[in-house]
Amino acid sequence: MGLDAYLAVSVALFALGVVCIVSRRNVLYVLMGIEMILNAASINFAAFNRFNGGGLEGRMFVVFIIILAAAEAAVALAIVLNVFHLFHSVKPSEADLLRE
Amino acid sequence: MKDKSQLLFYCALGLASLAALVAGGLHAGGLGVAFALCAVLTLGGSAMCIWERSVVRSAFCLMATFVGVAGLFLLLGNDFLAMAQILIYVGGILALLLFGVMLTPPDLKERKLPRLGWATLLMGIGVAFLVSRVVGRGVGTWATAEELPEMTTRAEDIGLAFLHPEQYVVAFELAAFLLTVALVAAVYIARRRRQDFEPETDSEEGAA
Repeated sequence: MGLDAYLAVSVALFALGVVCIVSRRNVLYVLMGIEMILNAASINFAAFNRFNGGGLEGRMFVVFIIILAAAEAAVALAIVLNVFHLFHSVKPSEADLLRE
Repeated sequence: MKDKSQLLFYCALGLASLAALVAGGLHAGGLGVAFALCAVLTLGGSAMCIWERSVVRSAFCLMATFVGVAGLFLLLGNDFLAMAQILIYVGGILALLLFGVMLTPPDLKERKLPRLGWATLLMGIGVAFLVSRVVGRGVGTWATAEELPEMTTRAEDIGLAFLHPEQYVVAFELAAFLLTVALVAAVYIARRRRQDFEPETDSEEGAA
């Protein structure tokens, strides 16, 4: 199991995340796709960290990615709930107003 | 028709998983099987997440992805990351997503197979092009897992590095600040206003 195997999984996960974002018409799928892409980046950081000597730097990046993902999920979900309340729809293309 | 495509998808996914497990076992023994299992969990979970019509099923399929990524972290010797991944992603973010799923209406006709196919095809072409540009340019010269020394840093080192003034204490405090602001903002945005509690008599006019 070399570095390339982990990178292959990471590339595939990133591609699936992008497909999830562009092919579904529901904001929640966009959020799920973003989580997949963030996870792909985490795998990359952890793999390069391991195969580059195993220091702390790569892991710190992963920890901060996880923190950022938690903050992003909370705010994005609040926005989704508000968008649904305003537009009565969770389609990303229908939410086109910033005001009420 | 719909059921046939469902059957076809899951048969293909199962065969691919089996092939990956066998290939991993033949290539690198027990470690290969473990890696293949985590990779199958990760990629199969996200593929099922994209495929499923129901958002609830998709959210639960995403759990397989998160657990698989945690397994990959374990295989990379990062036990702290695996634990944090399961705690925060499976326990926190997935629960948040499920709240979102339950507070919005289901739309089972939203998935369109042609759109899914086109997106997959275009993304596959793009990824194949990029990978073909990268392959053979030095990725193979990195050490393999068997040649690496054992991971010596522990979770304790991560905690100390967070608080060490010459390492990550500024980033740590900034992250704490960011989380506080994000959570307060989320509560503020998602709060219910006073007019929400009044009976919805003229909601149609308000929406129009």
